[in-house]
Amino acid sequence: MGIRVSLFAVLALILVAYVGVALLGLELLFGVIMPYAAMAAFLAGLVYHVIKWARSPVPFRIPTTCGQQRALPWIKASEVDNPSTAVSAAARVALEALLFRSLLRNTKAELADGSLAYRWEKWLWLGGLLFHWSLLVIVLRHLRFFTEPVPGFVNLLRDLDGFLHVNLQVLYITDIVILLAVTYLFLRRVVIPQVRYISLPGDYFPLFLILSIALSGILMAHFIRVDVVAVKELAMGLVTFSPTVPEGIGAIFYIHLFLVSVLLAYFPSSKLIHMVGIFLSPTRNLPNDSRRRRHVNPWNYPVDVHTYEEYEDEFREKMKKADIPVERY
Amino acid sequence: MRIYNAPSIIAGLLVLIGLLTFPFWYNAGDVVAAPEPSLDTPVLQGLQDKQCIEPTPYMRSKHMELLRHWRDEVVRKGKAIYVASDGREYEMSLQGTCLDCHSNTDQFCGRCHDYAGVEPGCWTCHLQPEENVP
Ligand code: HEC
Ligand code: HEC
Ligand code: HEC
Ligand code: HEM
Repeated sequence: MGIRVSLFAVLALILVAYVGVALLGLELLFGVIMPYAAMAAFLAGLVYHVIKWARSPVPFRIPTTCGQQRALPWIKASEVDNPSTAVSAAARVALEALLFRSLLRNTKAELADGSLAYRWEKWLWLGGLLFHWSLLVIVLRHLRFFTEPVPGFVNLLRDLDGFLHVNLQVLYITDIVILLAVTYLFLRRVVIPQVRYISLPGDYFPLFLILSIALSGILMAHFIRVDVVAVKELAMGLVTFSPTVPEGIGAIFYIHLFLVSVLLAYFPSSKLIHMVGIFLSPTRNLPNDSRRRRHVNPWNYPVDVHTYEEYEDEFREKMKKADIPVERY
Repeated sequence: MRIYNAPSIIAGLLVLIGLLTFPFWYNAGDVVAAPEPSLDTPVLQGLQDKQCIEPTPYMRSKHMELLRHWRDEVVRKGKAIYVASDGREYEMSLQGTCLDCHSNTDQFCGRCHDYAGVEPGCWTCHLQPEENVP
């Protein structure tokens, strides 16, 4: 169900861009206005969500840890898995964001001969990692359209990622990897019954959207050629705030760009916001120092207390008369 | 409205926005002109009607496909002559034909390729015309 809805949604988007550009000539809308609007929505949405999260108090530490806490000097502490300082907590967040360490602990629970067994399951970690790194490298390589002169690290990435030359042309490893990885991530949702049961349109739609972006890009780079110099003129116009719409860039480019615009606009209000959320995960970014530092609950209100000393002051004479022991005479 | 851990949140947001808007401040204030591949070569100056093998829009977006086609025809099928869409005939040769007219590879091929951030590795085997070899 969710699959079909998402698939049709993405196909409809492609059709919209195609009709808009090829039949109605709305290059300005799809090449300039939509990208600007999408970028604005993207940035504003990210800031909005971060501020919203930051308004929730963090009254205590959530020490879901996987290692020995710092204790006595002769007990070996596991600083990354159970950080005691902000610096080691930052290391834990960084490793989580870069290597998906908690996913590496993934196991598969199943009944084997009537008893519960946990099986090795690293495919999701591998598929997820390959997908995210490919996406990052592709996006960084795209900076060649948005910078002049092209910075050295972008050219370096091109050479490393593009060491394979096929038919007089570079064939990027990340292009192949991202197609395989997204396909795996999709098949996983379809094939495993439990995962399929919990999958929603919000899970399929981003997969189809990103797959279509990658496919349209690869199509453009290898099969339906576009005038890449004109594409860069358009892109540079956008980032220097002097937009131009060069003639004769083929509709396939506008489809690619429109899908990216939709992705950007959709990003903050969807599960994709985890790009920022990962850095604000309380189980990852809080050092486990509950026993060393006092954490005051920020919504504590002043409570009227009546201490034992005050109580004794009030009733001392009566207590003495009743032979109740008192601390001060 | 209260923001908890405001210093870290603000710093994080600034880093995030800074990274995501990299192209905007990297090029800030620049006026970037499109590359102008130079047609200033002896052969092209002597040419009556200045036109490429195929129409210019085709050449701009598809010259790599033409070169691939030529390579396949010559190296794999042993053919030598290419008939353009307007009927003119060319010898299929990168050095002998393309670079005969476009002998200023650095100011022609190079200007576009630097702009687009590509570096076709042809010149490790094929020779650029002497005027480009330092
Ligand atoms: C007969 C001489 C001649 C030959 C041979 C030739 N070209 Fe051209 N080429 C030209 C001329 C003249 C132009 C400029 C056309 C114009 O300005 O419209 C041009 C334009 C181009 C352009 C577009 C440049 C721009 O400013 O948009 C490219 C790319 C190109 N040639 C590549 C090639 C390649 C690759 C080959 C070999 C397959 C080749 N040319 C062979 C004469 C030639
Ligand atoms: C109008 C600008 C322009 C001119 C002039 C030009 N090129 Fe290109 N060329 C490009 C662009 C842009 C690309 C990259 C397209 C892409 O990113 O897929 C490219 C790619 C190539 C490629 C494929 C490389 C790859 O890795 O994708 C080859 C080969 C190539 N050009 C050869 C030449 C030769 C030889 C000349 C000179 C005779 C030339 N080009 C002149 C713009 C130009
Ligand atoms: C590893 C060395 C090597 C590289 C790199 C290389 N070629 Fe070639 N190329 C050859 C050889 C060898 C031939 C065959 C020459 C012959 O048969 O006369 C050839 C033939 C060709 C031909 C047809 C015949 C001719 O004389 O031009 C074309 C066109 C061609 N190459 C284009 C390219 C382009 C474009 C690139 C860059 C993307 C490139 N080649 C990179 C080795 C190379
Ligand atoms: C989420 C963002 C994007 C993704 C995932 C993406 C993905 C891809 C992929 C996988 C390719 C194949 C070739 C390659 O890897 O370089 C490609 C090509 C291309 N993309 Fe994108 N893209 C994105 C954004 C953009 C944007 C914003 C532009 C606007 C300038 C753009 C313009 C192009 C062009 C012109 C090509 C063809 C390049 C060529 O012919 O070599 N892409 N894209």
